[in-house]
Amino acid sequence: MGKSVTMLQAITEAMDQKLDHDERVMILGEDIGVNGGVFRSTEGLYEKYGRDRVVDTPLAEAGIIGSAIGLSLNGMVPIVEIQFLAFIYPGFEQLVSHAARMRYRTRGQFGVPLVIRTPYGAGIRGPELHSESVETFFAHTPGLKVVAPSNPYDAKGLLISAIEDPDPVIFLEPTKLYRAFKEEVPDEMYRIPIGQAKVVQEGSDLTIFAWGAMLREALNAAKKIEKEKGWKCEVVDLRTLYPLDRDTIVQSIKKTGRALIVHEAHKTAGLGAEIISIINDEALIYLKAPIKRVTGFDVPVPPFSIEDHYLPTVERVKQGIVETISF
Amino acid sequence: MEKTGNPIMKAHSNGDEPDMYHVLNPDGEIIESIDGKIDKSLMLKMYESMLLLRTFDRKSVNLQRQGRMGTYAPFEGQEAAQVGSALALSAGDWMFPTYRDHGAAIIHGQELYRVFLYWMAHLDGSVCPEGKRILPPSVPIATQMVHAVGTAWASKLKGEENVSIAYFGDGATSEGDFHEALNFAGVYKTPTIFFCQNNGYAISVPFEKQSSSKTISQRAAAYDIHGVRVDGNDIFAVWLTVREAVERALSGQGPTLIEAITFRYGAHTTADNPNIYRNQDEVSTFWRENRDPLTRLKKFLHREGHWNEEQEDKTIKQFNELIDTHLQKAEAYPKSSPVEMFDHVYAGGSWHLKEQQQELKQILKKGVKK
Ligand SMILES: Cc1ncc(C[n+]2csc(CCOP(=O)(O)OP(=O)(O)O)c2C)c(N)n1
Repeated sequence: MGKSVTMLQAITEAMDQKLDHDERVMILGEDIGVNGGVFRSTEGLYEKYGRDRVVDTPLAEAGIIGSAIGLSLNGMVPIVEIQFLAFIYPGFEQLVSHAARMRYRTRGQFGVPLVIRTPYGAGIRGPELHSESVETFFAHTPGLKVVAPSNPYDAKGLLISAIEDPDPVIFLEPTKLYRAFKEEVPDEMYRIPIGQAKVVQEGSDLTIFAWGAMLREALNAAKKIEKEKGWKCEVVDLRTLYPLDRDTIVQSIKKTGRALIVHEAHKTAGLGAEIISIINDEALIYLKAPIKRVTGFDVPVPPFSIEDHYLPTVERVKQGIVETISF
Repeated sequence: MEKTGNPIMKAHSNGDEPDMYHVLNPDGEIIESIDGKIDKSLMLKMYESMLLLRTFDRKSVNLQRQGRMGTYAPFEGQEAAQVGSALALSAGDWMFPTYRDHGAAIIHGQELYRVFLYWMAHLDGSVCPEGKRILPPSVPIATQMVHAVGTAWASKLKGEENVSIAYFGDGATSEGDFHEALNFAGVYKTPTIFFCQNNGYAISVPFEKQSSSKTISQRAAAYDIHGVRVDGNDIFAVWLTVREAVERALSGQGPTLIEAITFRYGAHTTADNPNIYRNQDEVSTFWRENRDPLTRLKKFLHREGHWNEEQEDKTIKQFNELIDTHLQKAEAYPKSSPVEMFDHVYAGGSWHLKEQQQELKQILKKGVKK
């Protein structure tokens, strides 16, 4: 049994089921209680589970993440909502110096099972600092896991896995996809393993690696190219950004011999660079062309009047495909 | 569902009134001597400024609804706090506003059309007029407070007679930056004015859930700096308080933390729905009817014979024209070109940005569809 839901509803459902099944689970954040979250992702949960389990905290990200670390150390399972990714910075210290390192520093004695959920990414016509895509900061931090779903089904399964994971997980929710489309999602508490990418479309001529909102751009471009040129692109949704699924990446390159990486994060030191390195290390001899990146530019995400020009478009992706295949 | 039924709100309750500084009561009567410090022309300036901002704010909400502007943060109800504080400054003073303080910025010299540009998502929207020291609105909460400590510190080191004012809300007082700013300012005795508009809510979270301290101003004691709680809808009280803070700062007595009790009638932003977390109509009506900052000054001015309805109508008409002129200027302003996103990332540019800019130019020339 299942039902057709948006990504937002799938996320709420995952939290609802975990709150219901595990008394240790609790949610903390700004405006997540009475207001149900600024995107309404916690809607109804405050009414259902009460103020001690769905907590409207003071406006203090260091306080929220820091106290969640303590809650987690002492047996609770906190899910933290940070209102927008760019507002995580006041809590960054807690995340990188403490949540990420606790297990390491205590030689495994203490872990910090904790999920930090946050909307991220451009394309929503938001005000300044509401559209950032800075996954690299977290993927550069040993001890954290970074997950970014691209559809409702994965969002629910990955979030349940994240809540059950013994380590801190940053769960990046592409804001643009919150209500973009619906998909059948099973009623039960199913899990999608963290660390596994998914081949969403098989192909033989080139592999496109993408995640989050960019997956749709990748798929659309692949579809168009197939129609126009007959080339078959394989499309891989990375789903977990740290640690990356090296095997799936390498296997796909062995099959297609060409790669294009699409991400909306800035190009320099973006995850694309890491994927290229993995391919260089593991599959260089299979390559028929240099690997290309289609990314956001190395500028602060501009105001919404021109933000569409910041983002990779289907056309830019197509152009990348053409250049790589006809190299 | 839990809603704040009490229209006055705990943070603004009667029990707290005695320690709040009032001058002009809601009936427009002066209850505390103003000592000849506020003359007629200043009174009129205060009223007209508030009227201008109210007109501007309402216009902006409408423009957002018409799709001519992006998400907007309204401040209606908080005019006395913004105008009173800004009018107490000198032209060269540093101002650090938030996304809700463009009213204060306008009074301090920011041009109306720039404010429109900002909300219309123009790259040039946060530039302030030459020679002014109005920083871009801070979107992250509380982070600008420490900057106001720095500029004030520099003023002091350089022997310049300027103060720095940081605007922030009640929610901001929970962030670490708030405490760090007060602590630094206290240690270095910087000429900084911390101006909190306590409007009772940080989006949906009422002050009593934000903090267990009874007031914000009392926190000044922890840093051994001066703290004042003032009726933020009483423009005389706000102006006098900020004037005093300026004088203290310039005479080397260090920073002041001011808590101005006020209320925003509308939503947190045009993207927010306050009905979910408060009895919106009830609360707004209560504040509008009992505490409106414009009404009480108007009552006073009427009684003194300084103002009448005819002047009011004429002035509103002039303001509407002025605002329309600025709106036209903003709408006629050359749109941000996508290739301009590469400008000003660094002072000198860099090879990678030049390349990426070139790439985008190519795309635009070929007419590649979005
Ligand atoms: C560091 C940070 N965290 C969260 C947010 C999201 N946010 C924007 S405004 C706001 C509430 C601010 O309340 P307050 O400081 O009282 O100011 P007000 O808007 O009421 O004037 C929140 C939580 C933010 N902008 N920055």
